[in-house]
Amino acid sequence: MDKVADKQEREGSLNGVGCSRKRKEDARFIQGKGNYTDDIKMPGMLFADMVRSPYAHARIISINKEKALALPGVHAVITAEDLKPLNLHWMPTLAGDVQAVLADEKVHFQYQEVALVVADDRYIAADAIDLVEVEYEELPVLIDPHKAMTDDAPILREDLVGKMEGAHSSRKHNNHIFNWQAGEKESTDRVFDAAEVTVSQDMVYHRVHPCPLETCGCVASMDKINGKLTVYLTSQAPHVVRTVVSNLSGLPESSIRIVSPDIGGGFGNKVGIYPGYVASIVASIVLGVPVKWVEDRMENISTTAFARDYHMRGELAADSNGIIKGLRVNVLADHGAFDSCADPSKFPAGFMHICTGSYDIPVAHLNVDGVYTNKAPGGVSYRCSFRVTEAVYVIERTIDVLAQKLGIDKAEIRRRNFVKKEQFPYKTCLGFELDSGDYHTALEKVLDAVDYKGLRREQEEKRAKGELMGIGLVTFTEVVGAGPSKSCDILGVGMFDSAEIRVHPTGSVMARMGTITQGQGHQTTYAQIIASELGITSDEIAIEEGDTDTAPYGLGTYGSRSTPVGGAATAVAARKIKAKAKKIAAHLLEVSEDDLEWEVDRFKVKGVPGQEKTMKDIAWAAYNNVPDGMEPGLEAVDYYDPPNFTFPFGAYLCVVDIDKDTGVTDIRRFYALDDCGTRINPMIIDGQIHGGLTEGYAVAMGQEMPYDEEGNLLGNTLMDYFLPTFVETPKWETDYTVTPSPHHPIGAKGVAESPHVGSIPTFTSAMVDAFAHLDVTHMDMPHNAFRVWKQIKALGLLDN
Amino acid sequence: MAKQAVSFTLNGKTVDVLVEPRELLIHTLRENLNHTGAHIGCETSHCGVCTVDVDGESVKSCTLLTVQAAGSDVKSVEGMASADGLHVIQQAFVDEHGLQCGFCTPGMLMRAYRFLQENPDPSDEEIRWGMSGNLCRCTGYQNIIEAVKTAAKNLQQA
Repeated sequence: MDKVADKQEREGSLNGVGCSRKRKEDARFIQGKGNYTDDIKMPGMLFADMVRSPYAHARIISINKEKALALPGVHAVITAEDLKPLNLHWMPTLAGDVQAVLADEKVHFQYQEVALVVADDRYIAADAIDLVEVEYEELPVLIDPHKAMTDDAPILREDLVGKMEGAHSSRKHNNHIFNWQAGEKESTDRVFDAAEVTVSQDMVYHRVHPCPLETCGCVASMDKINGKLTVYLTSQAPHVVRTVVSNLSGLPESSIRIVSPDIGGGFGNKVGIYPGYVASIVASIVLGVPVKWVEDRMENISTTAFARDYHMRGELAADSNGIIKGLRVNVLADHGAFDSCADPSKFPAGFMHICTGSYDIPVAHLNVDGVYTNKAPGGVSYRCSFRVTEAVYVIERTIDVLAQKLGIDKAEIRRRNFVKKEQFPYKTCLGFELDSGDYHTALEKVLDAVDYKGLRREQEEKRAKGELMGIGLVTFTEVVGAGPSKSCDILGVGMFDSAEIRVHPTGSVMARMGTITQGQGHQTTYAQIIASELGITSDEIAIEEGDTDTAPYGLGTYGSRSTPVGGAATAVAARKIKAKAKKIAAHLLEVSEDDLEWEVDRFKVKGVPGQEKTMKDIAWAAYNNVPDGMEPGLEAVDYYDPPNFTFPFGAYLCVVDIDKDTGVTDIRRFYALDDCGTRINPMIIDGQIHGGLTEGYAVAMGQEMPYDEEGNLLGNTLMDYFLPTFVETPKWETDYTVTPSPHHPIGAKGVAESPHVGSIPTFTSAMVDAFAHLDVTHMDMPHNAFRVWKQIKALGLLDN
Repeated sequence: MAKQAVSFTLNGKTVDVLVEPRELLIHTLRENLNHTGAHIGCETSHCGVCTVDVDGESVKSCTLLTVQAAGSDVKSVEGMASADGLHVIQQAFVDEHGLQCGFCTPGMLMRAYRFLQENPDPSDEEIRWGMSGNLCRCTGYQNIIEAVKTAAKNLQQA
């Protein structure tokens, strides 16, 4: 075999970065051998169920447990009164607030946790919650965030009365949580005052829920003999959970083992620490037996982790050619009854300040006020990095409004304002340094692929016939991979992530990371990174995550941070191993390290054919023949603190046809071009994009969490809450460009959230475009048939 | 509540269980018989992650009482693979990347198993309608459709 072919074959057999390796995790899932939290069974395990409030705001007059406790098979009924002596009736949130574990004298939202019942099985527990008698006195309810800071608004958080210094700023009202600003107000206002053209658009980014198919749950098991608490739970951040549980319980972290087993989808729903977890842990400690708690779907949608609920105003100042001179964004953020957003501590509005988007905007100001209402807490990042979805929505919507006002095509106005390729690294006026990008290329590739001019011609013909056709276009930039610990922490722990790699004597590998997969395929893709770095076939590389007893500390998987941070740690740890391997190779070959060169899976002596040592040879030698003074073994750990975020971007185009009589929308075409830098596994990337687009479609076209004035959540089962089925889900077309991240060890940027972030404004852009010739500039989501029909009716387009 | 003895066939083997009349088949399978492949996602028959095959029909086992399954022939994902290896449909899901978190997968596979007997050569549109009782939050369905098509082709060649 010639040398080139041999090298190529060895390279191919690694199944490394860039190949569509089949997934390692599939074998167990397709045979029903996954191990999800509710699959876990322990000897003597009891089941917990939660008594919840029917009211959104009420004082608890009394709780009578007697009938419940009298039911055979019931072991305990736990209320806030029982938790008080342990000081566990309230818990800290990730956002610097506190949240009631079980309602303490008052309930603040419908379905709030009031009491935990523990019983022999889930049927008895369900019977028993109906026997717990709770007497309430109803209080005035606050649902509309715009009324939260009025003089006559009811005070929600009595525990905070008089505490006018919040975790992030001073509070100007009892229902005010924080004010957060970025950019320069005065200079921005001056630009607006002097601008040739300004536009302003109000928009509601409605409240939605991530709704993974597996709900949240845990199995808590206190082993009193060994003093060890083990908790299996559905967590996207098990190490953080361990730290919190340690702080709450007083147990040392070494006596706590948190295990995230297989997770049935997260999408941000499983970042937080929920009352059900804490109450179950207490129940296990008190009863001395394992306790399982798994929420049902209604509890999931009603209580654990809503997303969005941002009421935004976007304003742009520009010249008459559409060149943007300034941006103003104002947000009223409805956080519900407790501030339990899962954002890096210093960013109460997440990375909302990425709202300058892909555009070269000289000056901007962002103002965010967070308020309490009688709704469930949350504010998680539903398949996005901390509020990036909201940020992309406001800039992409507002630039469309500007284009419309000036009569400039929306592709053209983007071209005119893009940060140019040669401007990177580009510092935005709100403080991010965009590391890389090539926005023009991405946009033109999409426009060519769909024949944009042809679509516009077709639209004109349809409009002439009175038909509704819309073309949506979005060119987004995300900020993911949180993040540099100088600015990013959760509860004071820097947002690094970690990898620990061990090469065994026979050259196979065991690696553990601080992240945790929930469907992203980490077992497959991390192995590909190591395979390419070390020249060991990925089939011999085992990846483990999620068990805090064995994995190195990491901040977990959300905000597209696994590849940017965990993947970087993996590559760097592998490089440490490779550096040691090189020393061993030099020793074995009796040459200096400078005489060696790396080729696929081996070190070769430069210019001496045949003089070489494979990584397998070196691994064996690492355990029996290392140079003098070197310790044996071949392993490394890396805690990677990224120097910057990564900035995936993309250009999405959507074509919709709307039935004028019914408001039913047909997504005729959706073309998604993503640039996630280096592509580790194209098959998995495509899968992630299909999924993210589908979740974006769900948010834009149907998902909502409507509350009535009394705070009743109208729609918390899958009968009402929209999860797209096979039938309505559009067919997706995907494409890509590759602009590697200059600071990431392998140039990768993260991908799974781009399609969610990018697609949502694309759908709205398309829907509005269908009515743009009738001077419609914006329509709030969700664009379901009824709402669209109402728009059609309001415009007088109905035939009768 | 008095328990009742119920017998049925599970993946070809007779099983005897003692259950309350109100117990759902999904709980009997998962907790009594340790068949945890089928999952629970919604309790309202919408999501399909609990789908098993009962007497030749796809059934959402969160809405069937175990006593109603007495005497039935129940098949679950655990019975799909044989001594010869993976079922053609299982292999197709791997080959086409038809799963991500895996939570919907057992139900999805069992539905595909029945659907492809109802319609051995389906179009994309027929797959979309025929599988629409099973939800997936991860894949956007596109690769599941590819998997079902690949499985159909391979089943016909087998």
